[in-house]
Amino acid sequence: MPSFKLNGEAITTDKTDMPLLWFLRDELGKTGTRFGCGKGLCGACSVLLDGQSIRSCQTPVSMLDGKEVTSIEGISENGEHPVQKAWVEEKVPQCGYCQSGQIISACSLLKSNPTPSDEDIKNGMSANICRCGTYPRINQAIKKAAEAMQ
Amino acid sequence: MIFHKLDRREFFKWTGITASSSMLFGIQAQSDENSSSFKPDLFLEITPEDKVKIICHRSEMGTGIKSSLPMIIADELEADWTKVEVIQGLGDKRYGSQNTDGSRSIRNFYDKMRQVGASAGLMLELTAAKKWHVPVRECHRKVNKVYYKNKALSYGELCSDAAKLAVPDEKNLKYKKAKDRRYVGKAAKNVDIDDIVTGKAAYGNDVRLPNMLFATIQRCPVVGGDVKSYNKEELENMASVLKTHVIPNFTPPPVFQPQGGIAIFARDSWSAIKARESLKVEWNLGPNKDFNTKDYRKYLEAQVKKPGTPKRTRGNYAKIAEDTPLVKADYYTPFMAHRPMEPPVSTAHFHDGICELWTPTQNPQAVQSAVAAALGIKEEQVYSHVTLLGGGFGRKGQVDFAVESALLSKEMNCPVQVVWTREDDVQHCYYHAAAAIHLEATLNEKKYPEGLLMRTAFPGIASTFVDGALYDNPTILGMNFTDIPYDIPNLDLQVCDAPAHVRIGWLRSVSNIQHAFATSSFTDELARKANIDPVVYLNKLLGPDRHVDLKKDKCDYPNYGASIEKYPIDTKRLKNVLNHVADKFDWDKELAIGHGKGISVIRSFLSYIAIATEVSIKGGVVNIERIDIGIDCGLMVNPDRVISQMEGSIIFGISLATLGEITFENGACVQSNFHDAPVSRNYDILDKINVHLLQNEKAPAGVGEPGVPPVAPAICNAIFDACGIRVRELPLKNVKLDA
Repeated sequence: MPSFKLNGEAITTDKTDMPLLWFLRDELGKTGTRFGCGKGLCGACSVLLDGQSIRSCQTPVSMLDGKEVTSIEGISENGEHPVQKAWVEEKVPQCGYCQSGQIISACSLLKSNPTPSDEDIKNGMSANICRCGTYPRINQAIKKAAEAMQ
Repeated sequence: MIFHKLDRREFFKWTGITASSSMLFGIQAQSDENSSSFKPDLFLEITPEDKVKIICHRSEMGTGIKSSLPMIIADELEADWTKVEVIQGLGDKRYGSQNTDGSRSIRNFYDKMRQVGASAGLMLELTAAKKWHVPVRECHRKVNKVYYKNKALSYGELCSDAAKLAVPDEKNLKYKKAKDRRYVGKAAKNVDIDDIVTGKAAYGNDVRLPNMLFATIQRCPVVGGDVKSYNKEELENMASVLKTHVIPNFTPPPVFQPQGGIAIFARDSWSAIKARESLKVEWNLGPNKDFNTKDYRKYLEAQVKKPGTPKRTRGNYAKIAEDTPLVKADYYTPFMAHRPMEPPVSTAHFHDGICELWTPTQNPQAVQSAVAAALGIKEEQVYSHVTLLGGGFGRKGQVDFAVESALLSKEMNCPVQVVWTREDDVQHCYYHAAAAIHLEATLNEKKYPEGLLMRTAFPGIASTFVDGALYDNPTILGMNFTDIPYDIPNLDLQVCDAPAHVRIGWLRSVSNIQHAFATSSFTDELARKANIDPVVYLNKLLGPDRHVDLKKDKCDYPNYGASIEKYPIDTKRLKNVLNHVADKFDWDKELAIGHGKGISVIRSFLSYIAIATEVSIKGGVVNIERIDIGIDCGLMVNPDRVISQMEGSIIFGISLATLGEITFENGACVQSNFHDAPVSRNYDILDKINVHLLQNEKAPAGVGEPGVPPVAPAICNAIFDACGIRVRELPLKNVKLDA
């Protein structure tokens, strides 16, 4: 049975075929990770897997053995992460549905590239669709967070 | 996560009416178990803990209305925004219309929200004045307190006495002057933002109830069809499947009835979704099985070559167009689907003769009426909770998905959440209609139109509500078709028949999309042909400052449901926003080779919008180098949300102009997900969108939609300027732009 860490907590389960997205939402009641397309195309389901933003709808639980997963709930429950703070300062969200995934991908981007160029940001964030059109504010918030995290 | 224990007090919290305090506009204020709270109005409660609870009765899908409407109450009331708690209102006729579409929440409720705040504020001052034995005119309220000289009492301290007062006469209410506003026209923190960035925000599929089941539905791929046979036994023998159930097809017209299909019940979302891979079904495809967009486009384009039904007439176009050279152009825009990030979803619990629902809906009262009809119960027996919406754009005002959940809960005798996959969302949409538009003009010696003929053909939203409707109703026709504001002496505007073969619905800005695309492109074509600068041309074409009189032209014009006296078609405001944006854009600046500029100005949802853009063409692909948008929407309650709606409208508009397209073959939608129906991503969109707010104190007008329609024509006008190619159809991905 796969055994992995979720937001620092050890998880063991027999639901090996279930995609992590649905395991989080239906088995663990962690509904901050969102369903948008089920085909790994939209990024709403993004979580960090060993620090990298991945599509949890395409990741069966069996692939997680020995790994560390961080969902939006594990970034900071009180919104104290610099990315979350920048998000609030820049008033990024509109409907908010894609924003868990956007924030996850932003954290992943800044971890691997702490001083991204404008182009790095746009390319790094394009796995995450936003239909409301918050891209300019997302990018501005990432720049702000990058500065705060220096 | 929303977890309800179906506690009876919680259940009746906003629906139970007991013998209580005051009447306001004939609506009895409610009380609950906490009798020392002050509840002067359906929308407002002030508690002894000094908290201000405000109901938002309009759906929150990203416009920020859940903060903006309460800001109006809080401002007049002089509430401390940090003490405000906003509660999403249940579906309840007593709130007034909750149909959150048409960009009209602010304009329809601005006055009412002010009244609620001003009335409660006065009652609190009266209470304090009575307590202190001082004249109320020497008291004033400020940020959750009432003051008299050096005395102060908080609203929390006053509320149990305030609850005993009679509600004052409307005539005695005093309202803030603009200079005294605290939140309106300024800012207040969005009430959901902290929950959104921490993942706590609760959307439709976050609802969890005890003993809840999950269901997905395989619907007939063709509208009007139903189930012939399927492998019922095989499916129900699967360990993950609890049961299957056939939903019959709707009786036309569709309205909000479910399509025919097979529901699969499981204990978790994944099992319900995955089980559909094992489904083997034969359909009776029904009357629309041969529908395809290739032939239908030809049909629409042929329709607009023949006379249609006149909808606005001025002068005598036929006469002056006889034997004179005409400029002609034909435009086409495709079917489109909304694709909100959250697909439709609904949870229902039918029990004890009532139905409770939790739905990300734009119209909870439509949920009440549609569910009541489907279940054979009364509307008052349907409790329609509204969750946050992960986007709407119009899709979630068509409440078929709520009705499905109610029917399935009744079938299973327990709570059921019906999950729509993205494929379901794309393929069972109420689509934005494909449209063909024909324009022709005869010009005077100064190269301006002496006469204009416009024909439009598109399957109407009317067909969703009236079986066999052949064209759309006056409201939808009055979106940059019948209400074009140009100063042209002879006008002949005709609508041509176009029956529907799929369900048609409202998509953000509705028929403004095709009509503004056609008219803003055609007027640009005329300007370029005349070798006159488009901004100069449009200024003259819009004519002298005036209110356009459509009655004179025998035109039935509902004006977006607003009074034409309060919201006239004002050409001065059109020219003003046009020239303002042109100025900010530096319209006369010389551009680099391969670059071009385009502009569009429209009135839409009672607001005045202009968009100017600079593009470059590189390797057959259009790049947007710069884009500016100006909006005159009268008084702005929440300016930051107006800016964000303009940013969002431009991105939504770029997406539909460059990529958005839904096609049909053999009656069925061809596309299924974001790989074959792409939308704009971060790297497709420029980071700097220049928004220019033309603020004034005029009556508030629409914000959510009017920024969308001018985007496509502005881009196509700029493309022509850059490379001489005139684009007359969308999306741009289908058009070759080799310079």
